[in-house]
Amino acid sequence: MSELSIDREVDRSQMQVSNEIAITIDKMNKWYGTFHVLRDIDLTVYRGERIVIAGPSGSGKSTLIRRINALEEHQKGKITVDGTVLSSDLKNIDKIRSEVGMCFQHFNLFPHLTILENCTLAPIWVRKIPKKEAVETAMHFLEKVKIPDQANKYPGQLSGGQQQRVAIARSLCMRPRIMLFDEPTSALDPEMIKEVLDTMVELAEEGMTMLCVTHEMGFARQVANRVIFMDQGQIVEQNEPEEFFNNPQNERTKLFLSQILGH
Amino acid sequence: MSDTNAQSVRYVRDTILPQQPPPASAVGFIGWARANLFSSWFNSVLTVISLAFIFYVLSGVIPWVFQSVWNANSLSECREVMVATWGDTHGHACWGVIKERWLQLLFGFYPPELYWRPIVALGLLLVALAPVLYAEKVPSKLLIVTALYPFVMPWLLWGGTIWAPLMVMAGFGLGYMAYTILSTKIGSLGAIIAGVLVPIVWWLFLSGAVASALASVLPLALQSVESRQFGGFMLSTLIGVVAIGCSLPIGIFLALGRRSDLLILRALCVGFIEFIRGVPLITLLFVASTLLNIFMPPGTNFDIILRVIIMVTLFAAAYMAEVIRGGLAALPKGQYEGADSLGLNYWQSQRLIIMPQALKISIPGIVSTFIGVFKDTTLVSIIGLLDPLGLSNAIRADAAWNGIYWELFAYIAVLFFIVCFGMSRYSMSLEKRLRTDHR
Repeated sequence: MSELSIDREVDRSQMQVSNEIAITIDKMNKWYGTFHVLRDIDLTVYRGERIVIAGPSGSGKSTLIRRINALEEHQKGKITVDGTVLSSDLKNIDKIRSEVGMCFQHFNLFPHLTILENCTLAPIWVRKIPKKEAVETAMHFLEKVKIPDQANKYPGQLSGGQQQRVAIARSLCMRPRIMLFDEPTSALDPEMIKEVLDTMVELAEEGMTMLCVTHEMGFARQVANRVIFMDQGQIVEQNEPEEFFNNPQNERTKLFLSQILGH
Repeated sequence: MSDTNAQSVRYVRDTILPQQPPPASAVGFIGWARANLFSSWFNSVLTVISLAFIFYVLSGVIPWVFQSVWNANSLSECREVMVATWGDTHGHACWGVIKERWLQLLFGFYPPELYWRPIVALGLLLVALAPVLYAEKVPSKLLIVTALYPFVMPWLLWGGTIWAPLMVMAGFGLGYMAYTILSTKIGSLGAIIAGVLVPIVWWLFLSGAVASALASVLPLALQSVESRQFGGFMLSTLIGVVAIGCSLPIGIFLALGRRSDLLILRALCVGFIEFIRGVPLITLLFVASTLLNIFMPPGTNFDIILRVIIMVTLFAAAYMAEVIRGGLAALPKGQYEGADSLGLNYWQSQRLIIMPQALKISIPGIVSTFIGVFKDTTLVSIIGLLDPLGLSNAIRADAAWNGIYWELFAYIAVLFFIVCFGMSRYSMSLEKRLRTDHR
């Protein structure tokens, strides 16, 4: 994993953590059958935080952020997102999903719709925004991720990095207050990782609350205000990036960092 | 000693080679034939044998079709002409039977002076299908014809008072009104139930009286035609079109039900699909023609063609459900998650994200099922309906045409082939049109 993916100064002036709580997770437990995937997760996310969640595969980090968007269920504990309690109540789930944007490892764009239609679909059908306005919003965010000229192509005609940027734009069109990233660069070539990370840095610079599951330690070091390390379904260590990388405490964290950073 | 050859290590290209045309032996007819027909001695032998076989078949079929008798009123007359012209009766078709009976094979015993009605119904069918099949070329205003067609078509074919189809339409209108008025007042579930109950009450108890009252004021009616006069290719098309048109939506709901988390709904759908697929169509048709009458209250007259259509539709829907379930299973889980993460609800994500892709994947299977259903309509001859095959038996029962088989079957085969091949070609063009992933 490179530490060199971001080659510019990150502007931290807008990155401000407020006292307002965005997400609280209280003693959350989840099982897949008899397998205990998430164990006693406690986490409070304040508005404006950029949290990177790292950990070996199978540590439950994806499951954790997928739960925040109700793509998974939990069996014990309580989660509150933006003041709404996440239960099996469909109304709450739909409300949270429309407030929380999510980007996936495999983009999950809709291949039968053009880039523009991908971006306008949810605003039109969920937010009931007039089509013209939705198109304007979509073009605004496509410009932001630097692919407005691809608007009328289909996802299959774009490169992986472009597709992931479209996926980010698609989420932004719903004007989310929180963005979740589930290994957004893991399926990409090295050259494309950079363009996606750049987009994410810009988003962070505008003060978006972000939770990122990623192996990009350069991004964690430069953008995150908190790094969380998970292993075996538990939060093993969390700290500010500087301390986390230079002075890890837990043995498991040390081993992981020595492997992922190479030398 | 170095571990590499000095010649092989350093290499820098300074000019990029331009594109060149392929060698002449790889293009044109000669290139094609060499690649496809004579690429090895074994393929060459197969090519020669195949050509010989094709020649043998065509040398029998072509004279049979073209050295034939058109002007004859019976098989024996045909044979006399053949002997007079070619010296023998072997290897010559007797198209006289088609010339005499082709209209009957198309329309059955439908009154000839009313032939215009099925023809208009067919024409309207094409108009009604156009906005569905060629959505991007045909103005969507034509969809109104599509919406009206299910009411107009039965009226054209069976005739009777115009008020009957209008009353059926009014039932749908009342149901919709009940739903929209009540959905704001008592919630969507109650409104849906009311939207179903109101039209049923209307059709069962009120519409008959209203229709006869209206008919006495304004007696607009077409001459009615009985179901037993229906027959021929018209009957096959009627059963096929209705079954095809209804089985797709029913199949979609069955497939969704089978993948649903709701236990009872899923059990019902699985039970229905497995039962229907486990029973031969003929059995269902016999149930339609004989058994259903036992369960009906005495005196009810439940039209035989309608019964057959319902059975064929249910049969096709069960197969359709499995074809569509295959398409649903082929979609990656990420598509569901992508739709969910944007806040689309179940029906929105099904309609906008899942079904367009699942149906596209299923097109070959769906059209196969359509073609199968259309050809299966010939089975109705077994329960005494006069589809083309049933009519061919009836024609042979006439002393003049006793013993004639090939010509009738050839004519019926050509009719079916035209329709089925058309469906097949359309499905291929549709697949091409909808291919957005890798172009």
